[in-house]
Amino acid sequence: MSEARAFKHIGQRTIRPDGFDKVTGKANYGADMSMPGMIWGAILRSPHAHANILSLDTTRAEASPDVLAVATFQDFPSVNDAAAAAGTLKSSLMETAENILAKNKVLYHGQAVAAVAARTEAAATAALALIDVEYEPLTPVLTIDAAIADDAPLLHPTMMTQGLLEPATEPSNIAARMELKKGDIEAGFAEAEVIVERSYNTPTVHQGYIEPHATVVRFDDNGPSTIWCPTQGHFDVRARVAQLLNLELGQLKVVASEIGGGFGGKTTVYLEPVALILSKKSGRPVKMTMTREDVFRASGPASASQSTIKIGAKMDGTITAMQATLHYEAGAFSGSPMGPGCMTVFTPYDVENLYVEGFDVVVNKPKVAAYRAPGAPQSEFAAEMAVNELAAKIGMDPIDLRLKNAAKEGTQTIYGPKLKVVGLEACLEAAKNSDHYRSSLGEHVGRGLAAGFWFNIGGQSSVIINLNPDGTGTILEGSPDIGGSRASMQMMAAEVLGIAPGKLNPIVADTEHVAYNQTTGGSRTTFATGMAVIEAAESVVDQLKSRAAAMWNVTAEQVEYSDGVAANLAGEDRLSLAEICANAEKTGGQISGTANINARGAGPSFAVHICDVKVDPDTGKTDVVRYTAIQDAGKAIHPSYVEGQFQGGAVQGIGWALNEEYVYSAEGVMENAGFLDYRIPLASDLPPIETIIVEVPNSFHPFGVRGVGETGIVPPLAAVGTAVAEAIGMPVTSLPCSPPKVLELLLSKS
Amino acid sequence: MKAHVSTTINQEPVEFLCDPAETLLKVLRDNLGMTGTKEGCGSGDCGACSVMLDGELVCACLVLGVEAEGARIETVEGVASADHLHVIQEKFLEHAALQCGICTPGLIVATKALLAENPNPTEADARYYLAGNLCRCTGYDKIIKAVMDAAETMRQGEAHE
Repeated sequence: MSEARAFKHIGQRTIRPDGFDKVTGKANYGADMSMPGMIWGAILRSPHAHANILSLDTTRAEASPDVLAVATFQDFPSVNDAAAAAGTLKSSLMETAENILAKNKVLYHGQAVAAVAARTEAAATAALALIDVEYEPLTPVLTIDAAIADDAPLLHPTMMTQGLLEPATEPSNIAARMELKKGDIEAGFAEAEVIVERSYNTPTVHQGYIEPHATVVRFDDNGPSTIWCPTQGHFDVRARVAQLLNLELGQLKVVASEIGGGFGGKTTVYLEPVALILSKKSGRPVKMTMTREDVFRASGPASASQSTIKIGAKMDGTITAMQATLHYEAGAFSGSPMGPGCMTVFTPYDVENLYVEGFDVVVNKPKVAAYRAPGAPQSEFAAEMAVNELAAKIGMDPIDLRLKNAAKEGTQTIYGPKLKVVGLEACLEAAKNSDHYRSSLGEHVGRGLAAGFWFNIGGQSSVIINLNPDGTGTILEGSPDIGGSRASMQMMAAEVLGIAPGKLNPIVADTEHVAYNQTTGGSRTTFATGMAVIEAAESVVDQLKSRAAAMWNVTAEQVEYSDGVAANLAGEDRLSLAEICANAEKTGGQISGTANINARGAGPSFAVHICDVKVDPDTGKTDVVRYTAIQDAGKAIHPSYVEGQFQGGAVQGIGWALNEEYVYSAEGVMENAGFLDYRIPLASDLPPIETIIVEVPNSFHPFGVRGVGETGIVPPLAAVGTAVAEAIGMPVTSLPCSPPKVLELLLSKS
Repeated sequence: MKAHVSTTINQEPVEFLCDPAETLLKVLRDNLGMTGTKEGCGSGDCGACSVMLDGELVCACLVLGVEAEGARIETVEGVASADHLHVIQEKFLEHAALQCGICTPGLIVATKALLAENPNPTEADARYYLAGNLCRCTGYDKIIKAVMDAAETMRQGEAHE
């Protein structure tokens, strides 16, 4: 995008099209669905964090007149077939299956072991007592240190570390190692005049979406079976369930319900395959829901982490070397976001010499899932804390230090590409000029600032725009809308078609009514699905022009289309979009545009956050008293929902930094599996979250869009952590900065 | 044995049968099909199931269905009129005070209760009154702006009457 463009609808604050249903209670989420003849499923969960299953006997349950079906691991056909036996099946599928229904070992407290279906929810829950399981408890492994100790009990006795320089010879709890480097790290440190080195840790936290997982499934022998569920990616639900149950994709139809929050946590399957097994066995539609406790104990939280950061710099602030060692807890099965954690850790900096080593470690906790910029908050927390310590050490303003070393166009990233035009410097300048950064601080108040980076992705999106004879229309898309994206789709299509956004109804279609769409994640939807919407709308414009040409008996080249009106360049004729649609039958039939794309060129989004906290010196309680989130949106399609992403990400990060953590007993039982004790931020905990939208256009998107969904959760951890450290005059190395921990720091000081 | 309950929901007489152990939330959602009231926790911590019971703001997950006997219940489904949204609902839309929307019904009901009790709340009043309604998407900023704007609009509306 070379020049600033004047928009009519883009950048306006329209009313979202799905809003009416959501403020009136009409919108249907996962648990809101019922089907005729529907019965209820319930899941028996492991009482142990680590145990062998010696026997699993469902005879009594099956004999009960209340029970209509029972499911165990043995019901997964695809993991019992020859491929699985020969070990050629992808291990990730086997692990997915074991995470859904345990095989011969339970690896975390709350892991699903078996399931039953009965006529009522209460009967299903009661029938779980009829399943007999004999366990041999094993010692739980609950921390990274415990997991990597030489004599650690092994979760997976045959798991060999991938990615070592020499192939592993002994099994361990380290699933994988990765290494990234740039330049000469030793030379970089040799050049340095000052070194900062420190270790940090962050706890297991949960995405905390308010809607628990839920599904209603109807097995059908003669046509596609139907899965209704709240998911960020119904096409991926289809693929996963088909793989697990040996079905063809055409045998499944997945309908994405409205989704009550996801943040990455609704990108996998838990209940859906089980409900399908139960539905097939019982011949009835089956509904299953998780309780809040189940969600905490048995869905996928975000990795706890341990990070060591070393930074070398000159006294003028030039950073000469940055090094990181990062450990991520994967939970019970391999696959933490250690990779993106390594890739993002130093990306806000244009530094010649970098070295990053990461480890993916299994522990007896639930298998982690994606959480908003997965892996980045943990590693960038550590890096940003260390950068702030460096700034203090050399007496430099933290913004000036970052500006001196900021990543910019042409910066060689550690993970591969050179950066295109990015907005980090613009965000830093905006922070520096902000009213917040210029304001003074009161007593017991500390200020922290941190930057954040997330890649953003593109990928496959498909869109169909159908116009009605009166000029209204529908936008069929396949990206579940987790934060208002239908409004953006409507606006982008309206911009191209030159009509009011309200004329177009955006619909998240099921897997049978729109072509493949990648999961809503990676901040891709407004970028990639938006690109598909624009392309489909442009195709509609081409058709409108040729239809008008047909009515005027001229060529399409002689027709110009703008602001919803076609003009005959050879005369005075004008036809509105609605008029062309009214005549569509006579000019060739339905006007409809489609786009099936694999979007490239996602623009990274950088952010800078400023946080002031006040610490009560007597109790250690910390309150955020002022907060500003600054982020590059490329182009804000709907500024209110862009601000909403900044604010929501900031507050999730504030929760991560101040209060949220899984508290475990020695036996590996989560002791705070509810919203009372796992405290996410409340309205009364927070000040207004100020926002500054920076717009450095992404040249690969027709309107300049960068994804904005994830970056906002990256800076808060270090912004808050640094503010607390400044308020109490002590280094902060461990999150959350909960009252007992801050008080301990205060007491250790005096 | 199921209990027979006669109650009033959104000004209409309603009768239902329920197990004495069933919550009002379960009854509303599964027995009566009124799924506008949402379940986020089942333990009274998130406020997604906020309803009015005889003029009191309660979590429907902490009330038994049988407690509805002879009571007056108001749910999110009763907030809008047949032909127009309530000012609170309009302001939530105008201020983009929702993202996923699962907490929205509870927040609408709770905001209505707040403004009935206190038509002129400070921002701090609003933040503390709504502290029982968790929202994970918005960071509350736009919710509070919507609530304050709704309060002002409703006060002006009354002044004009």
